[in-house]
Amino acid sequence: MQFGGDKPIFLQLAEQLEDGILSGAFPEEGQIPSITEYASTYKINPATALKGVNLLVDAGLLYKKRGVGMFVTQGAQEALRQRRSEAFYQDYIVTLVRKAKGLNMSLEQLTALLEKGYQHVD
Amino acid sequence: MSIEFEQVTKRYGSTTALDGISLTLEQGHIYGLLGNNGAGKSTLLSILTDRQVADSGEIRVDGQPTHNNNNALKNLFLVGEQDLFPTGLKVERAFRVTADFYPDFDMDYALALAKKFELPMKKKLNALSTGYGSIFRLILGLSVNAPYVFFDEPVLGLDARHRELFYQSLAEKFSVSEGTYLLSTHLIAEAENLIDHTIIIHQGRLLCDGPTDALLDQVYSLSGPAAAVDSAMAGKDVLSIQSLGGLKTVAIQGTPALDLPSELAAGRLGLQDYFIALQEFQEKTRTF
Repeated sequence: MQFGGDKPIFLQLAEQLEDGILSGAFPEEGQIPSITEYASTYKINPATALKGVNLLVDAGLLYKKRGVGMFVTQGAQEALRQRRSEAFYQDYIVTLVRKAKGLNMSLEQLTALLEKGYQHVD
Repeated sequence: MSIEFEQVTKRYGSTTALDGISLTLEQGHIYGLLGNNGAGKSTLLSILTDRQVADSGEIRVDGQPTHNNNNALKNLFLVGEQDLFPTGLKVERAFRVTADFYPDFDMDYALALAKKFELPMKKKLNALSTGYGSIFRLILGLSVNAPYVFFDEPVLGLDARHRELFYQSLAEKFSVSEGTYLLSTHLIAEAENLIDHTIIIHQGRLLCDGPTDALLDQVYSLSGPAAAVDSAMAGKDVLSIQSLGGLKTVAIQGTPALDLPSELAAGRLGLQDYFIALQEFQEKTRTF
């Protein structure tokens, strides 16, 4: 498996870790994989892996136990949910509106689609 | 410890293979040495390890010139396209010979890797296929524990599973050891996320030398309708241009404007794309 695409790898790794915390794949107080495991599994430089992991340490979502490894902070899931809700406008709505306008879609048409989505998507 | 190249030049007849190369290899990196066929990569590595002699200039390891200097050379290990063992030597014997020369050679690790790669230990070196010859040499490189290990086209002839295993082993080895590694490869896309410092040579000259992230932060792609791309790229350092019908994609040196028109999309280039764009730029400017 390999990272790719439009973002620096350390950001992709950080996002993947956040997704894992949100989904419960990395439970609070649970240990996350080591830098060596990340580097080896994804064939990335360990400095890149460390940079990605440190983004979550700096945000207080992970903490370090000396000589043991990195652990998910208590309350990290809720903190992330909060943060992602705040970023939702910039991350999704702006793109959504831009695409809709590119298709000459009116606000009413877009709203109708959103309502449909709410009814049919789990 | 560091390695310094000072104005290293090498000629073969009327061809200048290396033209005044100066650069420094610090410790604790995975370097990528990139260049087209004939750019001078292999020449650079064989002069570095004193298999060939420079016409002028010098290479020093911690201030000591490498030429005819075993004290400096014992810190360096080259995984080349050929090995220097006598033909007819068996794989297991070649491991032991290497361990005699390099005291930090990790025999247990080498044997574990040989098992993972399914390298036949009892076979003679000259009876190995191209792929297993490569595997034999890269296992030496991963196990030798010299301060500097250089891989010249390490994955030549390897199948996809073995290439994956090599990159994973290198990433693991690098993160638990103190060693510095250099990969000279044409398969850039496969190795680009491992390479934290990129060196590009072109026709024997240094074209680019810097941290990979910083290099890629300073270049972007722009795509969209040709007319919109044309007006956005005016006055900028355009490296390469690709047109497909009315769509145009360009690679531009710099960082994208924040107020791009909505029909344009800016993107990040991977190392391989950047390398290709730079080569195109070189070809283009040479004709002027």
